Amino acid sequence: MAFPVLYALGASGGAGPPELEMPEEATECVENTPLMQANHMDLLAQWRNAVVRDGEREYTATTGQTYVMSLTGTCMDCHDNRETFCQRCHDYANVSPRCWDCHVEPVGN
Amino acid sequence: MLENAFRGGKGYWALLGTLGVLILVGFIAWMEQFTEGLQVTGMNRDVTWGLYIAQFTFLVGVAASAVMVVLPYYLHDYKAFGKMVILGEFLAVSAVVMCSLFIFVDMGMPTRVMNVMLHPTPNSVMFWDSVVLLGYLLLNLVIGVVTFDAERKGAPPAAWVKPLIYLSIPWAISIHTVTAFLYSGLEARPFWMTAILAPRFLASAFASGPSLLILLALIARRFSSFDPGKHAIQKLALIVAYAMTVNLFFVLVELFTGVYSDMPHHLHAFEYLFLGLHGSAALVPWVWTGQLIAVGCVVLLLMPRVRNQEKYLAPLCVAVIVAIWIEKGVAMVVTGFIPSPMGVVTEYAPTAPEVAITVGVYAFGFFVLSVLYKVVLNVRDRLGVT
Amino acid sequence: MDESRRTFLKGAGLTAVGLGCGFPILDAAASALQGGEREQDTLATQWAMVVDVEKCLADNVRRACTEACHAEHNVPDITERDDEVKWIWTEEYQHVLPDQVHGGTPEATKTMPVLALCNHCDKPPCVRVCPTGATWKRDSDGIVMMDQHRCIGCRYCMAACPYGARSFNWKDPRPFVRTKPNGEFLSDYPTRTKGVVEKCNFCSERLREGREPACVEAARSVQGGEGALTFGDRSDPESEVSRLLRERYTIARKISLGTGPNVFYIV
Repeated sequence: MAFPVLYALGASGGAGPPELEMPEEATECVENTPLMQANHMDLLAQWRNAVVRDGEREYTATTGQTYVMSLTGTCMDCHDNRETFCQRCHDYANVSPRCWDCHVEPVGN
Repeated sequence: MLENAFRGGKGYWALLGTLGVLILVGFIAWMEQFTEGLQVTGMNRDVTWGLYIAQFTFLVGVAASAVMVVLPYYLHDYKAFGKMVILGEFLAVSAVVMCSLFIFVDMGMPTRVMNVMLHPTPNSVMFWDSVVLLGYLLLNLVIGVVTFDAERKGAPPAAWVKPLIYLSIPWAISIHTVTAFLYSGLEARPFWMTAILAPRFLASAFASGPSLLILLALIARRFSSFDPGKHAIQKLALIVAYAMTVNLFFVLVELFTGVYSDMPHHLHAFEYLFLGLHGSAALVPWVWTGQLIAVGCVVLLLMPRVRNQEKYLAPLCVAVIVAIWIEKGVAMVVTGFIPSPMGVVTEYAPTAPEVAITVGVYAFGFFVLSVLYKVVLNVRDRLGVT
Repeated sequence: MDESRRTFLKGAGLTAVGLGCGFPILDAAASALQGGEREQDTLATQWAMVVDVEKCLADNVRRACTEACHAEHNVPDITERDDEVKWIWTEEYQHVLPDQVHGGTPEATKTMPVLALCNHCDKPPCVRVCPTGATWKRDSDGIVMMDQHRCIGCRYCMAACPYGARSFNWKDPRPFVRTKPNGEFLSDYPTRTKGVVEKCNFCSERLREGREPACVEAARSVQGGEGALTFGDRSDPESEVSRLLRERYTIARKISLGTGPNVFYIV
């Protein structure tokens, strides 16, 4: 009766956090990593409203540096491979954002 | 009370089974539309609304027509409608459910439909239409369930239902007026931009809705101990007669404006409907059939000798529904797009998946209706009320 | 609970509901009366375009414009007329400016090719009818914008547009978007999905960077295209557009409808 429990012990295969391929040249993102991990979708939504609805172009990060608000132009300029970066966490978290139905990915994917 | 939905004979289950199959077929067709996009329909860049929105328009009228039994009974104490009121209210519920489904299947991005509520846009009539239709659905559902539950218990319904019932009367008028306003405020579409559109909608609603109600009451009488009473049927028939007459008058009035002014702006759409335009004449047989049926119905329905005999009334009710369905559910929406803003005639014809989805939605509505009516009939049977 | 407490609670509840609904309703009524028009601010930019019909008679000029626009925005190239998606295109004069055609208009004039695009109206009916605010007239520059994230694809805006300027994606556009030989799209501009409406956006993404719309730039770059399309701020009296509107005879499409189009034609 305890067989299922005993069988499963140690057989999990170690599904740990995904390994992400980081961009080679850039050292820092628009905001710090914990903030981006938790809130990148909020940031993108904020950018979308600013660009589409308010006609704005530049975002001033907490570091004071400015960036052009663009998923393809800014984010994917560094994170240029969706599969080895974006997709890995999304797969792990089992989310399927529809961004790339429309937004263009850099070629090489 | 709702367990009565599961009590029925072979006929009842056969009906639900058949409707279930139609719903399934419709659903499968919709899945194809969901994955492939609306290209599977016959709509195109020029005619952007078709069968789905046309059915929506027709059914909003049917939903609004519940007021034709509610108003006399509650406002003027017209006792003869006593047994019919719940049937009218549940018909309204079923019709609004179908309306909502027709809107849903017409959307390019159905998963985003909640955006209408998340981003309310008060200048858009469509926003208001979704608000009033949702309100009407809730009103009729609450009123229907509460009053019928009270009937079942043999006690008067709770006092707070009364104001809701009174509210449902102007609300019924408003749903079809707002639906007409979807069309009649668009300067881009001269065929629709006419002040008489809302009155036309209401007149045709009050002809087609009560006709359907008469037929449903007669069917209920055939299959159960329910009897609406001769008075109720004949009064409803009279309402249909007058509403149909007014509707025909409105059609003629519109034709006059178009034909006498001879303005292309006003005339082109009617030309397309009755004669064909630039060689395109797909709707001509439909429109002539519809109008001839309508005239015949008016003449016959205005004769008490004919109207008060059920053997003539039943087929006449069917004919009224067909004529109004052609007017709203076939001709009205598509013709608004003809000619296009560029002056070109692009015709429209529904495709097989479109028809399958439409039939599926109708089947769903009738499924809901059958279940609700079964509850009513079963309960009344038990109570010994005929 | 005694009567007076119950009465008080009923009254308080109704007041709360009333205020809760009342303010939004008043707000809604106010904005409904405004009807989706932007606030009257004479200092705000209003982008406008002047099309010189004669200069655009040349095929190469019009083709340059339409191709540049469609390349810049990854507009799908769909051949079936029923499912076409187009932001700027050529139509016959009698279809673009029907209220200018009379009994004496020569056939050659009637069939003259003219460019058609979204007019970015002063009082856009498409904006008025959109139930989600997915299309709106931007206060800052008067462009009638599309937010493809919000569009539910109801196509009410297409019914409301008197100019046939809008296109719907009846199917997934990506297979039909032109690509370079290596598979890349011609531009980084997001493609759209099936189920949303799209139209000319006066190249808002280029204007943001201080560049001209793609069609204007393209027209100027071909032989005979100089001055075919003029783009500028109509509320700036010194702009080229304002000068042309003052000095030349210009017409616009379906003016009697009162939409206030911002695309003008020199015929």
